[in-house]
Amino acid sequence: MDVHLSWNLVNDLRQLLEFHFMVNALRAGTIVAIVAGAIGYVMVIRRQSFAGHTLALVGFPGAAGAVWLGLDASIGFFGFCIAAAVLLGLAPAGGSGQQSAAIGIVQSFGLACGLLFVSLYHGFLSGLNNLLFGTIVGVTDRQVLVLLIAGVVALVALAALGRPLLFTSIDEAAARSRGVPTRLVGIAFLVLLGVAAAGASQVTGSLLVFSLLVAPAATAVRLTARPVVGLVLSVAIALVVTWLGESAAYFSSYPIGFWVTTFAFGLFLLANGYRAVVK
Amino acid sequence: MLSQPFMQHALLAGTSVALLAGLVGYFVVLRSQVFAGDALSHVAYTGALAALAVGVDLRLGLFTATIVVAVLLGALGGRGVADDVVIGTTFSWVLGIGVLCLSIVTTHRAEGNSTASATVLFGSVFGISARDARTAALIAVGLIVVLGLLARPLLFASLDPSVAAARGVPVRLLGPAFLAVVGATAAEATQVVGALLLFGLLAAPAATAQRLATRPWHALALSAGLAVASTWTGLTIAYAAPSLPPSFAILAVATGLYVATLVVTSAPGRARTPRVCA
Repeated sequence: MDVHLSWNLVNDLRQLLEFHFMVNALRAGTIVAIVAGAIGYVMVIRRQSFAGHTLALVGFPGAAGAVWLGLDASIGFFGFCIAAAVLLGLAPAGGSGQQSAAIGIVQSFGLACGLLFVSLYHGFLSGLNNLLFGTIVGVTDRQVLVLLIAGVVALVALAALGRPLLFTSIDEAAARSRGVPTRLVGIAFLVLLGVAAAGASQVTGSLLVFSLLVAPAATAVRLTARPVVGLVLSVAIALVVTWLGESAAYFSSYPIGFWVTTFAFGLFLLANGYRAVVK
Repeated sequence: MLSQPFMQHALLAGTSVALLAGLVGYFVVLRSQVFAGDALSHVAYTGALAALAVGVDLRLGLFTATIVVAVLLGALGGRGVADDVVIGTTFSWVLGIGVLCLSIVTTHRAEGNSTASATVLFGSVFGISARDARTAALIAVGLIVVLGLLARPLLFASLDPSVAAARGVPVRLLGPAFLAVVGATAAEATQVVGALLLFGLLAAPAATAQRLATRPWHALALSAGLAVASTWTGLTIAYAAPSLPPSFAILAVATGLYVATLVVTSAPGRARTPRVCA
């Protein structure tokens, strides 16, 4: 593959879209960024970053298990993430320490299962790094279709859940007294988070989903206090980060995981700097 | 089983690391810093891979990365408890650097690196050498001593920070100091169960102990005991069934104990409110 980055942007774009795998990667990245930006924003407001991180990591044993059984990796990603989301939703209430410990135990046991599946399926070591850290090659047409369907369903569900979810996130006690089924809303949102994490896992890998789920949202929260503007901004940042990251990975010899996390972190630092200057 | 040298080394390293993780984990859960512990375990990966990329000793990278990030996390958060969004954004970037190091390692350094990443992530306790096991044990003992010195003020500061501050406990200093110990523990445990799984050894025994014992010192001892018991049982299972990776077996036992405790303590009739932490 002979690609060069030049000052001719049209030429760069033509090179970028020359290969089918890259077109698929960009399609998948776009879908994933929109979903992760929107759901991640609500996650940051609800302070459920740790749960989001755990759901993202649980995709790894799912995918490893699916590969071991000869199934499509997408099935494993979505199946495990959604199952873990329900499990987390039913986790025992208690002190905050107990609750996050429970999340942590789900996470590390999930990862341990991933290790088990990987070692049961011999000769899978090269795939291991791709599952954990993502790759721009190898996104199939079917995967793009699955991502598209899951993304649309998740966004529609988020919109339907919107008002009670926002109410519950801002003032849980008041929402409960007004008859909002807060526990159910919480579990439903975790499932959406699971879908977003499973989708993003297929682009950035399980370990780096966070760069799309939390960093754009955290950047948006620092720039505006208005929920709708923040949500749109978060989606926009996620898109920019994904497109830049995928292009940089294409033109350089370094992996996508590095580029996406670096752009996301850079924007987060810039937003922090902007806030410090404006205040 | 005990006559095999690799098993002796595994038991030595495993026991000392488990003891340390159980003790440190109790405070991590008590102080609701599970997420910070998780972040540090991921930082350990980057540290190890960076050391491999540069070509220095793995442990140097591990300990430097985890302790530096731990102190940073402690300094960023006001009361030594950093914002989870800051933690999340930062560690995902640190992990991104880890990926960069991984690609440098796999492209530029040929010798035996196809498995290096997996070893760091998931540990290889059965492959630990006699010297490494002894070093791990010595460092663990040192860290336990440090934790012992911190323990009393730390417990006070964790349960009631404002009263502790009023009584002259240096609460602001304790936060970063404790996180540094957590970081060093993460670096230690990476060598036994791996960067991705050490976190289970921190959280599971501690959460189980908190549900079973109500008095802090009892829970602390129980947490350490459970961690060691999980490690011994896990190592034995992995020895008996070679297709199971030892890290998986240890984690499976620790998780099993937690789930069993959860079922017993939340059974109707024996309802017992879990200790709500400060």
